[in-house]
Amino acid sequence: MTNDALVIGGRPLRSRLFMGTGKFPDNRLIPRAVEASGTEVVTVAVRRVDFDAGEENMAAHVPAGCVLLPNTSGARNAAEAVRIARLARAAGCGDWVKIEVINDNRYLLPDNFETVQATAVLAAEGFIVLPYMSPDLEAARRLADAGAAAVMPLGSPIGSNRGLRTRELLQILIEESALPVIVDAGLGKPSEAAEAMEMGAAAVLVNTAIATARDPVAMARAFSLAVRAGRTAFLSGPAPVREEAYASSPLTGFLYDEE
Amino acid sequence: MGFHTEYQRYKDFPWDSHFDRISGPDIRRILARDTITPLDYLALLSPAAEEYIEEMARKAHLVTVRQFGYTMTLYTPLYLGDHCVNHCVYCGFQANNRFTRRKLDLEEVDAEAALIAATGLRHILILTGESREMTPVSYLRDCVRILGRYFSSVSIEVYPLEEDEYGELIGAGVDGLTMFQEVYNENAYAGLHPAGPKRNYRYRLDAPERACSAGIRTVNVGALLGLHSWRTEAFFTGLHAAYLQRRYPGVEVSMSPPRMRPQLGGFEAPVKVSDRNLVQYILAFRLFLPRGGITLSTRERAELRDRLVPLGVTKMSAGSCTAVGGRTGGEQATAQFDISDDRSVAQMSRMLYNRGYQPVFKDWTAMG
Repeated sequence: MTNDALVIGGRPLRSRLFMGTGKFPDNRLIPRAVEASGTEVVTVAVRRVDFDAGEENMAAHVPAGCVLLPNTSGARNAAEAVRIARLARAAGCGDWVKIEVINDNRYLLPDNFETVQATAVLAAEGFIVLPYMSPDLEAARRLADAGAAAVMPLGSPIGSNRGLRTRELLQILIEESALPVIVDAGLGKPSEAAEAMEMGAAAVLVNTAIATARDPVAMARAFSLAVRAGRTAFLSGPAPVREEAYASSPLTGFLYDEE
Repeated sequence: MGFHTEYQRYKDFPWDSHFDRISGPDIRRILARDTITPLDYLALLSPAAEEYIEEMARKAHLVTVRQFGYTMTLYTPLYLGDHCVNHCVYCGFQANNRFTRRKLDLEEVDAEAALIAATGLRHILILTGESREMTPVSYLRDCVRILGRYFSSVSIEVYPLEEDEYGELIGAGVDGLTMFQEVYNENAYAGLHPAGPKRNYRYRLDAPERACSAGIRTVNVGALLGLHSWRTEAFFTGLHAAYLQRRYPGVEVSMSPPRMRPQLGGFEAPVKVSDRNLVQYILAFRLFLPRGGITLSTRERAELRDRLVPLGVTKMSAGSCTAVGGRTGGEQATAQFDISDDRSVAQMSRMLYNRGYQPVFKDWTAMG
């Protein structure tokens, strides 16, 4: 377990819980939630950042030492995502970027096609690109070819707190993707985060479930524990799940009768 | 095509007999569903649903927090000009009203913008009356360019434009459109708009769609409550928002539920819309369009606005003034209507924090 760091963009990460910063009742809760969760990667919507705004500047609440992961929330196509990413880098937010391209305000589902295009452009410019995506294997392969550092498939639609509704597709991605799979969006409870980690996800990203909890700081800690439990379980090689209970070996027990 | 086709499907709808048939169990069934149909939405607007307003509020609160978190976007209106050629019988700026009209010159726009930006706000909504002569598109474009230096989001609430004109303003930095139909009922509309270009119901009705075609990011629709039956007007507003969301999924669609306020001319609203009615409308809309924005202006008084914070509202105005040049002072200006909540941006922020909500000053990055 001591060498179980997740390495993204050359940076080893001990925590496999990434955190979002939207929806908190007060930005001053963010550093406390980050500390309680031990998270090392914090995503911030560039659309919300006002670099001249002091207290109201969300990025100012991300503790030093964390990787700031600006996201392109609000981008409707590849061109807008690219422009937002460049704005973030020019403003001093570093090289990491989470691509979000959403052209559907009803379900907030990502546009994989435009996401691949934006990833190719930004990766070529030296960004460490983490694209939010619908869990589709072919899209994951194309994102890998385009230079993504990881893929971030959704567990269920953003903010829905419905858990791993895309489980079968996520499992395929985890088994087949050459890139780390970070389950993003839809995780409503720590147990669901643990489940994603048990399945073999490299990490999870949680925002709504922490930010809108009655006690966001305590919930951040709960998610941290769940992610560690799930990861430990995955590394321990969980016993296979059986469809039925077996008391003994009814079909081949006779082979042992002679002994 | 266009929303008018959908409007016509309900034009002769038997509202009263339909409302009579809706029962308590119907409302409970609707509240148990994840997604609701237009007729479910109508049921939530019915008199029968009034008994279930607390249940509606609980669900609307949960849905809103899940979608938007504990946040409230703040913006303020800036009146650029009050010249108007329309004769809307309910409006303080209508052509027949005698008062000294004015518009801001570009230096004054800059001065007002600087004053507003100093409060921390980054979202602004600019308004004019309808006068292509006094406040033409070229003037709006020049104002938008100035405002772009101070604000990350500039929305317009002006007379309806052609698609290429919307495109021109979007190119100058506009990202949002507010266009109230005022009255969806076509017959009532005709009576309330006796003269001027605003008589053209269809041209106004299709304006949000023209802006969507031109690439606008956000569209805000609404009916002015008090001019006609609020239940049916709320229904058509929701239908209109849903229609735009379906046709233009990339656009963020929202609605405002403005109630009539006292204004110059002393027009009496024919329909009374109570606080309870307003709340029912907000809750029903939230459950119908879980991702739809709801904007609440300072037409409503402070105590009521505070209580509406957790019920589905996503955007509120602060530090408002409905008179041209009202912030930088100078000559006495006439307001379009009387505002009911004159709290500053700082006061609104404090109120939101006290209620467990984060005021959001910036929620878009202009990419001009």
